[in-house]
Amino acid sequence: MQFHSLLTMGIFENLWGILLADASSHAFGPALGLSVHDLGVMRGARSVLAGLSFDVTAGEALIVAGPNGAGKSTLLRSLAGLLPLCAGHITLSGVGAPDEDGDIDHARYVHYLGHKDGLKSALTAAENLNFWAAMMARDSSLGLFANKALTSTEALARMGLAHALDVPVAYLSAGQTRRVALARLLVAHRPIWLLDEPTTALDTASQLRVRDIMCAHLGEGGIVIAATHTELGLSSARELNLRPLTSGASS
Amino acid sequence: MMAMIQALFLRDIRLARRVGGGATLGVVFFLILITIMPFAIGPDLVLLARIGPAVLWIAALLATLLGLDRLFQSDCDDGSLDALRASDLPLEVIVLVKCLAHWMMTGLPLVVAAPAFGVMLGLEPDALWGVTVSLLAGTPALTCLGAIGAALTVSLRRGGLLLAILILPFSIPVLIFGVSAAEAASGGTIPFATPFLILCALSLMALVLAPLAGAQALRQMDE
Repeated sequence: MQFHSLLTMGIFENLWGILLADASSHAFGPALGLSVHDLGVMRGARSVLAGLSFDVTAGEALIVAGPNGAGKSTLLRSLAGLLPLCAGHITLSGVGAPDEDGDIDHARYVHYLGHKDGLKSALTAAENLNFWAAMMARDSSLGLFANKALTSTEALARMGLAHALDVPVAYLSAGQTRRVALARLLVAHRPIWLLDEPTTALDTASQLRVRDIMCAHLGEGGIVIAATHTELGLSSARELNLRPLTSGASS
Repeated sequence: MMAMIQALFLRDIRLARRVGGGATLGVVFFLILITIMPFAIGPDLVLLARIGPAVLWIAALLATLLGLDRLFQSDCDDGSLDALRASDLPLEVIVLVKCLAHWMMTGLPLVVAAPAFGVMLGLEPDALWGVTVSLLAGTPALTCLGAIGAALTVSLRRGGLLLAILILPFSIPVLIFGVSAAEAASGGTIPFATPFLILCALSLMALVLAPLAGAQALRQMDE
């Protein structure tokens, strides 16, 4: 799929989102929307992403596809605010109050789960999740999703790991560790999920659990942007195809 | 915000206690350095007592560097650092809290052990007291300076040696005023307060500098 067709599609869906906003009052407010315009990212001296534009609105999933080295992880990291942009801008609407520049810091509203799990192998699954729940807790004065977060026990149960609560992460298998990492999405709620290969090492049953929590998140009006090579089983997902840039040239 | 700081501090303390012995490892290294010193210098008690404060300070400096290279690297390797950066806590505060936790688990045990190890070198009570107080004031500076090096070498696989090479030259002022404060306590031409206050100032400066420089280095890591 070409970028420009995606862009127009995005605009139409954005309009739909605004039109539908009054009818369906989502948990995250009326018109949550992430809009990326003319994004460019450099890694070292190499341009990895250039001229990338798309819109995602509440309740929508965007699957980022493309061959290895196409910039999928780079896109997710830049959306998470971990990489500086060299061109373009990312705007977020429908949450929080803009700061003095009129911008909303989008990085505050994303949950980034990369290739690495962000878990300490010496701590138990519950200790890890309790830490992240405390660390990523949000002041309820923001008025958003303050009451959405699950406890560590509930989150692990959702991922089918209730028995692993007091097991050090070092003793868990690769798939179980990944599931603990995914449970982090549930203990601290953010409206936008950025998932890099979320189903790595997961068995079929766990992949279905991941689909379930993503569907639940979308149903509450959240946004999921996932980079993956496998089918996530989301019926309404749009796809964004990235191609590797030839070095030095911008597309 | 206090809840986040507390959660991070307690996690780092807990990790230090569970992984690799934490506090005890540094103290044992400190003990070994102090123990081998008389073997190299000879059993001259007068000489040992005279150079004792300097020996204790150099041993504390080396023991502080031990394990400092993993301060941010372990968080970087398992992806925790990315998630920490997504929290509402500024990266500067994260660096500061991690420094404090690291000092609690490595620097403070050295201070506590210093009087006992000083006796092994034949130090007088006055000198023991001086070394302990000067280590208490000076080791935070060593940890904070080391944290800057740890942040700079976070993405390097064998960053430990580079960290020592980067940081040891900058720790010379701390060493000079630390040792002179310790020696001034056991009688000398200068009053104890003069080098000791400069040592405190160095620690306070490092405490301010480390979070700013460390956070900036960690932000540059991805580029």
